[in-house]
Amino acid sequence: MAAKDDRKSVGVEFVKGFWKENPILVMLLGMCPTLAVTTSVINGLTMGLAVVFVLTCSSLIVSIVRNIIPKQVRIPVFIVIIATFVTMVDLFLKAFLLDLSKALGPFIPLIVVNCIILGRAEAFASKKGVFLSVVDALGVSFGFTITLIILGGIREVLGMRTFFGHPVLGEGFEPWIVMLLPPGAFITLGLLLGVKNSIDKRLKEKRSR
Amino acid sequence: MEVILIFISAVLVNNFVLSYFLGICPFIGVSERIESSVSMGFAVTFVLTLSAAITWLINNYILIAFNVPFLQYVSFIIVIAALVQFVEMFIRKTSKTLYDALGIYLPLITTNCAILGLALFGALRAYSFIENIVFGIGAGLGFTLALVIMAGIREELDLADVPEPLKGAAITLIIAGLLALAFMGFAGLISV
Repeated sequence: MAAKDDRKSVGVEFVKGFWKENPILVMLLGMCPTLAVTTSVINGLTMGLAVVFVLTCSSLIVSIVRNIIPKQVRIPVFIVIIATFVTMVDLFLKAFLLDLSKALGPFIPLIVVNCIILGRAEAFASKKGVFLSVVDALGVSFGFTITLIILGGIREVLGMRTFFGHPVLGEGFEPWIVMLLPPGAFITLGLLLGVKNSIDKRLKEKRSR
Repeated sequence: MEVILIFISAVLVNNFVLSYFLGICPFIGVSERIESSVSMGFAVTFVLTLSAAITWLINNYILIAFNVPFLQYVSFIIVIAALVQFVEMFIRKTSKTLYDALGIYLPLITTNCAILGLALFGALRAYSFIENIVFGIGAGLGFTLALVIMAGIREELDLADVPEPLKGAAITLIIAGLLALAFMGFAGLISV
């Protein structure tokens, strides 16, 4: 493959995770942590970065060992690789960021069964080379993180009047407690999907014109 | 008494889908028709109950006994994957009808976060063996309940006039939000 092609496809693999193949808004993967931890921006950011680490490392390892593993046992092997990195993140958070670790509770260990990670391992890292797999993992996981931050931002501003813990809305605004509760999570994400779909539609119409 | 409280809490008050957000993927993916959602619900309940028993034994007699709690995630997920595989083989050999009803949904259950979530919650709350099994059954029935209600609403939704950008997953999530709001009415039932 020519070097120019290579560079172009690296860019494409990285960018596609943000919009065209955004794991949450398009592929609807990894919904459990998305909905559960986005009560504030900082929780969303932490979860996002944990996923960045786990996804990048496991994609790296999976693409390195992809030719050694027999096809029949590949899924259990992937899961064990993922679970190992999740354990590392969990122990790290418990050691250095105990408050955040408590706030996220069982949702850090639940990254093990996050379909995004197994999905990328199966669909991408087990077929492509090491470098491209890492780029793909970074793109997808940063797309995931940004979506979590947006969702967490909306819920934190409306539910607690703050953004990253700093007050942004005045005293006159009555906080919408429901935004912090489960219904707020579902409805906000549903509306976000609607916004994404209508923007996509408008872009398509513009292009066809 | 304690056991009954755990059961009611898992089915209604702290419903796995609507208040812990566990098992959202099948909740959105398999809630289009009532029959398939019933099959999925019972497959999940079955695996939840079995895995509640087995992960409790592993956690208490192996992980805690040998002081290796950091292996919890790895060992739980391996046990769950093996269990699902085993259940699938067992059902295929013993009951053809049940296998046809559950068939395609069984392998999907491995990556259903409700199963691992249940194992983790059980370990975190230090339930006794019986309590943990009741917790598993309750969580499974709660999941089935939410899934069937959702499927019922979505069957009616085929006839409704949904705004174009909200069609599909978006409106499903909004309905789930309204359902969660309704389920919050159960919150006063038990003070946990």
